[in-house]
Order: sequence, then C-alpha cells, then structure tokens
Amino acid sequence: MMSEAETAFSIRGLDLWYGKSQALKSVTADLPARSVTALIGPSGCGKSTFLRTLNRMNDLVGGVRIEGSVLYDGVDVLSPSTDVIDLRKRVGMVFQKPNPFPMSLYDNIAYGPRVHGVKDKARLDDVVESSLVRAALFDEVKDRLHESALGLSGGQQQRLCIARVLAVEPEVVLMDEPTSALDPISTAKIEALLDELKRDYTIVIVTHNMQQAGRVSDRTAFFLLGELVEYAATKELFFNPADERTENYISGRFG
Amino acid sequence: MFGSASLSVLAVLLITVFMFRSGLPLFKVVSVADFLFTTRWEPTAADPGYGILSFIVGSFLVTGLALAIAVPTGMAVGVFLAELSDDRSSRTIRSAVELLAGIPSVVYGLFGIAVITPASRALFGGSGYGALSAAAILAIMTLPTIITVTDSSLRALPRELKEGSLALGATHWQTIYKVLVPAARSGIIAGVILGMGRAIGETLAVLMVGGNAPIMPKGLNGMVRTLTMNIITDMSYATGDHLTSLFATGMVLFAFILGLNLIARLALKKSMTGVGGGAGA
Repeated sequence: MMSEAETAFSIRGLDLWYGKSQALKSVTADLPARSVTALIGPSGCGKSTFLRTLNRMNDLVGGVRIEGSVLYDGVDVLSPSTDVIDLRKRVGMVFQKPNPFPMSLYDNIAYGPRVHGVKDKARLDDVVESSLVRAALFDEVKDRLHESALGLSGGQQQRLCIARVLAVEPEVVLMDEPTSALDPISTAKIEALLDELKRDYTIVIVTHNMQQAGRVSDRTAFFLLGELVEYAATKELFFNPADERTENYISGRFG
Repeated sequence: MFGSASLSVLAVLLITVFMFRSGLPLFKVVSVADFLFTTRWEPTAADPGYGILSFIVGSFLVTGLALAIAVPTGMAVGVFLAELSDDRSSRTIRSAVELLAGIPSVVYGLFGIAVITPASRALFGGSGYGALSAAAILAIMTLPTIITVTDSSLRALPRELKEGSLALGATHWQTIYKVLVPAARSGIIAGVILGMGRAIGETLAVLMVGGNAPIMPKGLNGMVRTLTMNIITDMSYATGDHLTSLFATGMVLFAFILGLNLIARLALKKSMTGVGGGAGA
C-alpha cells in the first residue's frame, strides 16, 4: 500500500549547518501525501530543524547553510527563486506553543485569507466557520468569535492555530510538538483531530512523545545527532526496528 | 533603598504642596475660569489681566505639531531598528539615538536658531520664530523616546507571533503592520505619551525659537508662548499677584503632566496584562 502512495516531499542528501555545527547530515527520505509522518528523537537531534526546512522557516535564522535538495510537488523548496509566500501558503505550520495573534478569534482565522487577498465578507465568514468546524472548535466558541483569542484555554488556542492554518487551504500541515504545552484532554482532542485531517492533508509532526507517535502516525522517522537513523512504517519501526540505536531509543535506554 | 524611595515620594509630595500653596492664592484675585479660559495677559497693567488660555493653546499647538512629526518618524525608525536593519547597524543607530537623548536642551535651542529658524523663514516666510520652529525642535527632542519605546516593545514580542504570521504566507511587511505593531500598540502609546510629557514640559529650546509673543498664536507659523515660556519669561521680575500667577501657571502644567503620566501608566498596565505585550501565552 505504502509504496503506491503519492509522495509529497522528496528529500535527497540534505545537509544543514548553523554556523559551524552541522544540524542535519545527509538526510534522504520520501514523505507520503495524505498521511501522518512522525519525526522522533532526543532533543537537539535535528527533527525540528528538518521540519522547518520544509517550509523554509529556517530562513529566519542567521548563519544557516543548506545543501542537498527538497522537492515538494515538483517545486524546488530550497531554491532562492522559489516563491516562499506561495510555498508557505501550501505548507502550513503549527507551533509548539500556541501563538494566537492578540486579536479576535474571527480576525485570527481571517488573517491568512486576508493577507492572500480575500476581502469579501461573506466568503471570510464561510472560511472562518468551516475552518473552526474542521479544527473541532466551532461548537465551543461560536458565540464568542469576536472576543479576544487570548481568552481561550491553551488547548483551544492550539486548535484555533490549527484552524488558522486550515483557513489558507494548505496541502501540508507541519506540526512542531503541537501538544507538548497541553494537558492530556486537549492532547487527546488534537490527536483525534489529526486522524480526521490526514484524509485531506499531508501531516508531518515532530513529537517528543513516543506513545503519541505510535498513536497518530503512519510512518515514523527517527533522528539522532542530525542523522536520519531509521525511517519506516510506524508499527515496523516500533516493534521491529532495524537499527540498534532505534531500539535503544524506543526502549528508553537514552534520550 | 527604602530610604531613597521614601525620599523621592516625599519630594513629589513636597513639590505638589509647595506649588499649590504658592499658586492657589491667585484665585482670590481672579476666578479659575478667567485664568484658564481668557486670553488677556497683562499682569503689570493698572487693571491686571491673568488669562493664560493663549499659553495653554500654545503648549498644545506646539506639542501636537511636534508629535505629528515625531510619532510617524519615530515609529518608522523603531520598526526599522527592530525588524529591518541588521544587528550591527541597529547597534550603531541605537547608540546615536541615545546620544540624541542626552544633548542639553540649550544646544537644541542653538541648533534651532542656527538652522531651523532660517529654514522656516525660507520655506514659510515670516520671522522664522514661531510654533512651527518650536515644534520642529521638540520633534527632534521627542524622537529618542518614541524610537526607543517602539524598538523595545517590538523586540519584547514573543518570536512565535512573527513566525506564526510568516508561516501563514504573510510577507514580512504584512507581519509588521498587521500583527507586530498592533501587538506592541500599548507600549508604543505609552512611549508617545511620555514623549508628549517631555514636549509639554520643555522650556529653554522652545523659548529660543518660539517667538514668545503673549498672544493667541496666529496660525501654525505664528509666534507662540507656551506655559513653560510664560513662567520663565516673567519670573525674573514678577512680584505679588503676578508672581503668584506664575506659580498657578506651573500648577496647570503640573496637572497636565500628571494626567499624561496616569494615561501612560494605564496603557503600560494594559500592555503587561495582554499577551501581545510580551508576557507570552
């Protein structure tokens, strides 16, 4: 089944340096479309760096040097001539800490469509509602759309941030430890949401929590010291790891 | 520590008490309304007039004009420092701005006489001494406050806010004016109000270029006397009720500054409690 899946990202020989220290070492992988890929590994192993390469968020960091190639749907992601705005519109991102803008719920979600030129009020209303519905938040907040988003609980804020990403109609949603700042109930809600979203979206999620990777992902990539040690179907990687380092990590011997 | 803190509180109280004790007796001679809302300032006439409305208007005219120049310019420089320039040029510009804040006001006044009044004369005619020239000087003097506050409010914002906007495909520029500046708004407003306080209280530099005619200013380029100029001009020779009226002028100025500080404090308090002000989620 997996081999027939359409590929979203095709990464070949990806090296990345922050100044003199190498954060990614010759990473090669194909990330399938419309499924959940989990990136696991100890802190500082390069998994977040890898994730942030996919939508060029590493551009914001000074002194970064990247070699190798990342293709997304035929687009050369790393090329200086690539339209980063368009790339980020297609490849959205949810962050570790919920980061709602200090404005109303409505304006938070309408923000993306507005910066991409949607002005029509009725259409914005539609987008706001449907994005909140898809992020499983609408029923909880439908009466307070015009109140500040900062009044929401942490879990609601994170779902709002997911809704905000969905509002720009991306194809991919990158998630950088999206539940690490949340309580177990909010975490469960977001995991359930991932199961829904993977039908329509390609999801790449960085997580510290191996149970979470086991629960939500179809494929898992294990990073160690900047190297992609093992990348396989999640069940395979957890129950029958090919590399000793993977086994040591998932059995909790380090990290 | 506690001793010095108490001492500064005591100093404020003493100044307040002293100011009111020396100024209030004026209202036995002239009504509060006549003092604040009439324009006849003839304290040495046989039938003395103590109306300071022209000077209140003068103070606000000069300050308003100064802010109209300094707020957009200062915010632009602040945004440039925090978001657009590289670290090295930012550091250089920041030290230049700090230097600007440390220049004595008499030097600003000299600069005004040497450069601004001739420029104003060439551009708008008249003597060159008037509200516009005073406002230009005040604008330069207020700039450091507005630049510094805009710069630091923006830099205090959590990085996630900026990344969140960019990750949605917004441009850097859209991120700045739709997310970052609004999120830093309360801090910036507080800075503007503090700058306004400084502008209203400034004396020497405006005295040197403002013209100092004790009349209602005739237009933006007209000669102007502010509350501070009124006190300093007459102080050297005033006696009796005239002297009291200068203390009363000081009371009015004091009340304005106090009011502005309260507003600034409220705005800052709001920016501390809101997530956008840098407190995080």
